Amino acid sequence: MSRNIWALLSSDFSQGTTSIFAPAGTPAHSIFSLSMLVLGITTAIFLIVAGLLLFAIIRYRHRASHPNADQEPPQIYGSTQIELSWTVIPILIVVLLFLATTRIILSTQNAPKPASALDVTIVGHQYWWEFSYPKLGIVAANELHIPVSDPKHPTPTYLTMTSADTDHSFWIPRLAGKMDLIPNQINSMWIDPQSAGLYLGQCAQYCGVQHAKMLLRVYADSPADFAVWVARQQKPAVQSSDPQAAAGRAVFQHSVCISCHTVTGTVASGRFGPDLTHLASRDTIASGSLPNTPANLRAFIDNPAAFKPGALMPAMHLNQQDLDAVTAYLSTLK
Amino acid sequence: MSQAAVIPQTTPWVLPSRGVVGMACLIVAESAIFTIFVVAYLYYLGKDLTGPTPSQVLDLPIFTSICLLSSSLSIHLAVSALHHAKRDLCSLWLAVTVLLGSIFLGGTALEWHKLIVHDGLTLQTNLFGTTFYSLVGLHATHVLVGLIMLTLALLFSLNGSMTAKHIGRLEVLSLYWHFVDAVWVVVFTVVYVLGR
Amino acid sequence: MAATHTPAPAASTQLQPRRLVLDILHDWVTTVDHKKLGLLYIGYALIFLVIAGVQALLMRVQLSIPNNNFVTPQTFNQLFTMHGTTMVFFVGMPILFGFGNYLVPLMIGARDMAFPRLNAFSFWISAFGGFLLYFSYLGASGLSGAGGAPDVGWFAYAPLTAHVFSPGHSTDYWTLAILLSGIGSIGTALNIVATTLCMRCPGMKLSRMPLLVWLYLVTSSLVFVTISPLTAAQIMLMLDRYAGSHFFDTQAGGSAVLWMHFFWIFGHPEVYILILPAFAFANEIIPVFSRKAIFGYPAMVAASVGIGFISLSVWAHHMFTVGLGPGANTFFTLATMVISVPTGIKLFNWLATIWGGKIHFTASMMFAIGFLFQFLIAGLTGIMLSVAPFDWQLGSSYFVVAHFHYVLVGGILFMLFSAFYYWYPKMSGHMLSERLGKWHFWIFLIGFHLTFDFMHVPGLLGMPRRIYTYEADRGWMIWNMIVSSGAIFQAAGTLLFVYNMIWSYFKGPIAGPDPWDAWTLEWSTPSPPPEYNFAEIPTVESRRPLWDIKHPDDPDSRYE
Repeated sequence: MSRNIWALLSSDFSQGTTSIFAPAGTPAHSIFSLSMLVLGITTAIFLIVAGLLLFAIIRYRHRASHPNADQEPPQIYGSTQIELSWTVIPILIVVLLFLATTRIILSTQNAPKPASALDVTIVGHQYWWEFSYPKLGIVAANELHIPVSDPKHPTPTYLTMTSADTDHSFWIPRLAGKMDLIPNQINSMWIDPQSAGLYLGQCAQYCGVQHAKMLLRVYADSPADFAVWVARQQKPAVQSSDPQAAAGRAVFQHSVCISCHTVTGTVASGRFGPDLTHLASRDTIASGSLPNTPANLRAFIDNPAAFKPGALMPAMHLNQQDLDAVTAYLSTLK
Repeated sequence: MSQAAVIPQTTPWVLPSRGVVGMACLIVAESAIFTIFVVAYLYYLGKDLTGPTPSQVLDLPIFTSICLLSSSLSIHLAVSALHHAKRDLCSLWLAVTVLLGSIFLGGTALEWHKLIVHDGLTLQTNLFGTTFYSLVGLHATHVLVGLIMLTLALLFSLNGSMTAKHIGRLEVLSLYWHFVDAVWVVVFTVVYVLGR
Repeated sequence: MAATHTPAPAASTQLQPRRLVLDILHDWVTTVDHKKLGLLYIGYALIFLVIAGVQALLMRVQLSIPNNNFVTPQTFNQLFTMHGTTMVFFVGMPILFGFGNYLVPLMIGARDMAFPRLNAFSFWISAFGGFLLYFSYLGASGLSGAGGAPDVGWFAYAPLTAHVFSPGHSTDYWTLAILLSGIGSIGTALNIVATTLCMRCPGMKLSRMPLLVWLYLVTSSLVFVTISPLTAAQIMLMLDRYAGSHFFDTQAGGSAVLWMHFFWIFGHPEVYILILPAFAFANEIIPVFSRKAIFGYPAMVAASVGIGFISLSVWAHHMFTVGLGPGANTFFTLATMVISVPTGIKLFNWLATIWGGKIHFTASMMFAIGFLFQFLIAGLTGIMLSVAPFDWQLGSSYFVVAHFHYVLVGGILFMLFSAFYYWYPKMSGHMLSERLGKWHFWIFLIGFHLTFDFMHVPGLLGMPRRIYTYEADRGWMIWNMIVSSGAIFQAAGTLLFVYNMIWSYFKGPIAGPDPWDAWTLEWSTPSPPPEYNFAEIPTVESRRPLWDIKHPDDPDSRYE
């Protein structure tokens, strides 16, 4: 039973788990070690105090059959020595815990930034994530690709974050603690996934109606895969020659889509909604909450509120033919 | 009652006055509210994105501040007069207190008129406008409430209803008034001295 | 001290029944008697407890399976906002101040509170606040048309509460309701402080006051510096929303973090305002059912005052993830850890009180013992959360929700149940059924642990709070189902408790003045006490005046 629970808590398959006990990066590892110390101390305190309590309520229960049952027990009003002991010992425990904690706070928040670090800027929106790589000229949304970090030659990713509207919070439990995205304020944190794979998370600060569906997907790619991804993302939008896609592009560029969305190399340069230049390269849409299939894409464009009521994208009211065309167009944006 | 109940008390059983304790509690609570508005004022100093800054538009309100702070002395004299059962003197000092407080409020109104009409500073203009009007306005509201209570006390004094039994109540009112003056010292320092 | 007998009023129910009902209603609406006001507070809070409990049940149904659509997202967001706001402001505060109102004058040998009319005013303005909050369901226009109750969370972070993100009036109902309830709280706290300092009976020096009175004194003092920051912040919020000011307007350079500071400068001491009365009850109930004086009275006073002061310095442990920097994070970690020292002292003193005693397992004592174990656990998870890096993972997750419900339900509610079983006889003249009480205890205990023990796990597995649903592939479903199942037991236990109170009022055995053989002054009056409390104001010589009378050969006054 306990082995199953532990397995559940610390399963290290990279898909699906968001357990804080399955650390895959340095900040998460150091928090894990610290938490083991804290858990050890608190468990010991629990066993001792609860044990004494349990003993007391059994040993000192009133027994009607006892000869002195009607007499009051000896009245003890206090003891300065005992009071001192259970003041001093907790103070010592506090000192120990505090020193251990301070070490991790400083090592995480004051960690020197290596030259090889990748810079990513995150802007939180209601209800999607904007990721931009200023030195690489890339703007993406909702799915964050970063290189795996080899502990011997670390290549961490430094995240600089703020919000365009309400408070949000970036939390990938296997990689690090969370950090809030606050409007009019810049926060920063770093992550360094040490094995390739997909790390899941989601917004952790109530930001409005669809807070629950503001999901996060962090892809830790091998250096080679990351380079391929970067190269692809740096290119402007694919100009497909497929007639339906071309028709869809025309519809797209003549409707209000362009006032919220950007597709580089076209007239669409809106910043309110996610960048769609490489939409088809993503596994999911609607901030991780729907698999990126043509059927889902079509249904979402037709009526976002059916999937995410309260999402700020309005229903586009396109006729069936235009809807098919736009879907086909967007599916070519790899 | 059994024999354990009554023993001769060596010292008389004296407890503080309810009115004073109650007013002290109210003063603590109100101080906490003012502190938050002062913190907001200080936090936002220098952070305006636009609009007039304190040094551009604020003049030191010396005269009105002297009036307000002197009114602490005049109310003290009113209480003292009541202690000595001098009804007319008490009425006089209460009237002086109301007058001085009203001058302060009038001066504040004139200052705000200048700021709004000539300098274009309102609550909505920028962070300074927001924090200035709310802090000074909160204080002015407290002055107004105090003036209403003082006017009532003056009327009771004038028509003879206020006697020696009401000394405690007048003292409690004067505690409130001293508090309002003390808050002005803080607001003056923060807004007109440090902030400019 | 012989019980004072007042002649019973002549029964006249046969003659003019309708007039009698109106008289009773008029009496209760216009009363300034601290006991009736106390009961009004308690009754009012119990109604809201049931309402907020139903809100919790609805949320648990929604969360029991992933991607559920039992309620819409907008409704769920309103549910957690209303549940939290109601429980803190319209259950916790009124019920605890209700008990304080009832007990403090009785325990210090006074006839009423210092300001009876202020007392009545405080109750009615708080009650109006509760009414206003719930009127929002009908009166406001919500963001997405789901009715108008507020949906910004009980801590209403800026700028979510700005007009642009929360149009309509639902946020305003939240703000105004709490503003009014805050005025009521300050009024009651003022009354308790003035009563305690100015109306103690002869001989009752501060060092002879029952610990309950000490704890209410500390709690009330905290109220002045706790509720006021919230009042100030809400005035600022209203100015932002309606007068175009920029306190929390991030587009104009305002700060979202400033709201957080102001809110938590209120919010953290607020939870101490909620727990200190629970400690107050423990300090009276545990000694009586252990048949021993409280161990370490002076240390208990010092620890309580210490907790009050330190609680004002820990607020930003709610903001560890906001980007305050390592200096602030370190300071608030230390302050939060430090508060565990006086809190631990209190727990150890209760243990020492039980130690060597003769424990009577009445329903009241069983709830008190549950409180001791559960408060220990809650305190330990609190220590875990005080470690800032650990909080970076677990803050805003279900681990925090589990922790604070452990304190609020496992600590405060259990101690409230204990207080009900202990003082209901005094308030009504009848004993509550011990048999039903034990059923209540065990059913509720099972439900509490099913829900709140297992609720820690989804937090450890990465589940954030305030989400109306969750993904199926996270592995959270089984834990959520177990958590939801416990809610049913808690509901059953609570219903049993309400039934017990109603049944016992009519059919419960007569209590008499002192059914528990206790030692503080309220047990020297009839049950229920007459309006004037004491025929003659007593004089006391020790902390346990009734012990002195019952043990004239060995009075407490010899040992203090």
